[in-house]
Amino acid sequence: MPKDSGIGASSKRREDVRFLTGNGKYTDDINVAGQSYAHFVRSDVAHGRINSIDVSAAEAAPGVLKVFTAADFAEVGGVPCGWCVTDRHGNPMQEPKHPVLAEGKVRHVGDPYAVVVAESLSAARDAAELIEADIEELEAVIDMKAAVADGATKVHDDLTSNLCYDWGFVEENREAVDEAIKGAHHVTTLELTNNRLVANPMEPRVAVGEYDPWKDEHTLYTTSQNPHVIRLLMGAFVLGIPEHKLRVIAPDVGGGFGTKIFHYAEEAFCTFAAKALKRPVKWTSSRSEAFISDAHGRDHVTKIELAMDEEGKFLALRTDTYANMGAYLSTFAPSVPTWLHGTLMAGNYITPLIYVNVKAVFTNTVPVDAYRGAGRPEATFQLERVVDKAAREMGIDPVELRRRNFIDKSQFPYATPVAVEYDTGDYHATMDKLLEISDRDGFEARKAESAARGKLRGFGVAHYIEACGIAPSNLVGQLGARAGLYESATVRVNATGSISVMTGSHSHGQGHETSFAQVVADMLGIDEAQVDIVHGDTARTPMGMGTYGSRSIAVGGSAMVRATEKIIAKAKKVASHLMEASESDVEFANGQFTVAGTDKSVAWGDVCLAAYVPHNYPLEDIEPGLEETAFYDPANFTYPSGGYACEVEVDPETGQVEVLAFSAADDFGNVINPMIVEGQVHGGVAQGIGQALLENCVYDENGQLLTGSYMDYAMPRAYDVPMFTVDHSCQTPCTHNPLGVKGCGEAGAIGSPPAIVNAVIDALSGHGVEHIDMPLSPQRVWAAMHGKG
Amino acid sequence: MTKVSMTVNGKAVSGEAEGRTLLVEFLREGQGLTGTHVGCDTSQCGACTVHVNGEAVKSCTMFAADAEGAEVTTIEGMANADGSLGTIQQAFQDYHGLQCGFCTPGMVMIAADLLKNNPNPTEHEIRDYLEGNICRCTGYHNIVKAIQAAAGQSVPAVAAE
Ligand code: FES
Ligand code: FES
Repeated sequence: MPKDSGIGASSKRREDVRFLTGNGKYTDDINVAGQSYAHFVRSDVAHGRINSIDVSAAEAAPGVLKVFTAADFAEVGGVPCGWCVTDRHGNPMQEPKHPVLAEGKVRHVGDPYAVVVAESLSAARDAAELIEADIEELEAVIDMKAAVADGATKVHDDLTSNLCYDWGFVEENREAVDEAIKGAHHVTTLELTNNRLVANPMEPRVAVGEYDPWKDEHTLYTTSQNPHVIRLLMGAFVLGIPEHKLRVIAPDVGGGFGTKIFHYAEEAFCTFAAKALKRPVKWTSSRSEAFISDAHGRDHVTKIELAMDEEGKFLALRTDTYANMGAYLSTFAPSVPTWLHGTLMAGNYITPLIYVNVKAVFTNTVPVDAYRGAGRPEATFQLERVVDKAAREMGIDPVELRRRNFIDKSQFPYATPVAVEYDTGDYHATMDKLLEISDRDGFEARKAESAARGKLRGFGVAHYIEACGIAPSNLVGQLGARAGLYESATVRVNATGSISVMTGSHSHGQGHETSFAQVVADMLGIDEAQVDIVHGDTARTPMGMGTYGSRSIAVGGSAMVRATEKIIAKAKKVASHLMEASESDVEFANGQFTVAGTDKSVAWGDVCLAAYVPHNYPLEDIEPGLEETAFYDPANFTYPSGGYACEVEVDPETGQVEVLAFSAADDFGNVINPMIVEGQVHGGVAQGIGQALLENCVYDENGQLLTGSYMDYAMPRAYDVPMFTVDHSCQTPCTHNPLGVKGCGEAGAIGSPPAIVNAVIDALSGHGVEHIDMPLSPQRVWAAMHGKG
Repeated sequence: MTKVSMTVNGKAVSGEAEGRTLLVEFLREGQGLTGTHVGCDTSQCGACTVHVNGEAVKSCTMFAADAEGAEVTTIEGMANADGSLGTIQQAFQDYHGLQCGFCTPGMVMIAADLLKNNPNPTEHEIRDYLEGNICRCTGYHNIVKAIQAAAGQSVPAVAAE
């Protein structure tokens, strides 16, 4: 019987009412009295030397307040990177300066070199046309392998090369892996590309900077997944504003998918300019501008080799990856191809020896950073593609080959050879569930039916692991993170019993206002409607690290549980006083405090009132009030896993791929709100279908972005995806967080691309096609079928 | 600048507009009706969808001046008279047809347009009709279900399939 409230219930989302009636408040909906408008002037060449910028005509244009260039930012810092990766020789990565406005050179199409601030947006845009910039075009570095070849043009003249780092993991295993591969019965090799993507949350980025000279305080409204992180990075590293003088507000945010984690130059600009001009400054990105200024995702080129014995048991795995950093290091960019990728290469399998090499490369393209899954989709894609290819080469059924190598549930906790310890999982169970919900047994009949219509039908599976609940601070500190990755919550019980929960997590579509309230209400045995979730404002919430890496319920939720436990402990003391009972005899359930073995009871509301009107109260023992804060730092990552199956039909005449069915059997541990969890999977899978079949961010050899709008960058639309079959009934709860939750935000985008590609390769099995790089466009599929791939 | 007058959500309004002022700018900036969103600059995403004289229109693709004298309905005008959610809005909440909410006003407006023209659409017809509206969050699954439910079709409850 499904629950109708609390943990495990599909409570309807309370935030929906404002969104459905036009009452959401997104950053662009905020207009501050007296605001001015910023228009960024961006490079239209990929690489160029700035000889001069003449802004005089623009500054004289009607309505213009000021035109800013790099010279105005001489006294402020660059946009910082939050992670330093150490290379395989023990040296820190090469880290170039990222100025707020381009200094000396422009390094990608979209790199801003001037900003016009004016009374209206149209005045700013018109004046921008009057800027005379003498920018001498230089050779652009676009291809990653060419970028690290001897003699390549350098993106940053002050670095020794375009190589950010050459990372080896686990470096001590390097030779043993080489040996194992040399001596193996069979080695399957695959070269593949993980296509460059643009995250494309539907709300473009916006920043509104405001300065109040009365209190010397700055406020920034911004489209962020983590306002405290922005406050820390921008305040401490760019503008030198102490945190108590800087408030960052991220109100309703229209999707993030990673690209709204990072601190961007536009945020620093608006904050800085608001003080310089003594006027609020607003910037709203257009979609075209988003394509050339939001951090992109993925963009890996990999060679992977899997060594097996006669039975198909995995012996060793070796990968060699080039990862694009773009022109500058975005906030978390260096961590994505390394610690969020190499550590996942064991997948669900027992592979005794693994070596991962990653070369991170600077190019004259937009910075690349985390996009939904961040490193884990790249790992899963390689692994699940090579396993499928290996199955074909070995003549073993792909499901069977996976099962032969699965870590068995009896082996948890399981330490992989790539430095992580999985706490729980049951991969055979999710695979069983997957085969059931996808009706694999009926596939041959469906295939024959397709064949009768002249279509090629294929069935593909993938099984993923991901590391969520990011992350233990002491561990990530050793790995190069320049921040902790705990989360915080303050539970404020009001005098009449209603509750405000201030969380450091941020909701930009995930429904925290509902699911977080379910947790607190369940713990206190009160109505969910009495609990309000406050997020997205550094002045109202405790220092928190925000939402990404499927961490909110696992880390933020755990902080909230700890704070609520403190509330219950204190409330029991108050209740024991009111009931004149020993504290150890007080029980709390369903919003009532009782004394075991008696008929004494007090209600939740009475205890709350007593805490704030402490006339009859143990003042000698405890303070009045009922408000507690907890910071939670996880002991480990969480490890959601699952099996995904895709069924496709390929039209041999055109190469068109249609996704007929998609099934997902996930193990997320315990689930707070099944409706929300399923919605997260749907959305992730649709993005995976986008990556596999449609989306591709393409630069030409001169560094011009060929896919700079929705005319050229194919976003999945309603007719591109089927109804999904999703299941999360296989649940092995996380052992180290209080809710037993694992996180569900990224799984769909991680597990789906290899399942789709495997299905297409299966459909083309009669055509000798071994691999096609994503996106599997009709042109690419047709070419591969005709030996022109 | 010229003066433009129209009826928005049943109320007569007027305001100044340049020749290049888009209807969406007139609504958002001039009228403070920020429920209508802008998600692109190439008429591709549908976040800006409103009704003009009863037809769904991308308000980023129409000049304010061209709506002179028109009857315009935006998401702010879609609730019932007592303020409760209208049928389509309620179905979106019941079937979890929204996540971040940014595409949602456009989705509700296009869904209303669909159901006016085709009160009992098939799944295929719904997906085709949503061609001009992009959602990055939901994977469309629950949007399709919400529209089916709003059409009175029997749809399995959320998380019960
Ligand atoms: S804003 Fe109108 S279609 Fe995108
Ligand atoms: S709900 Fe976020 S774009 Fe549709």
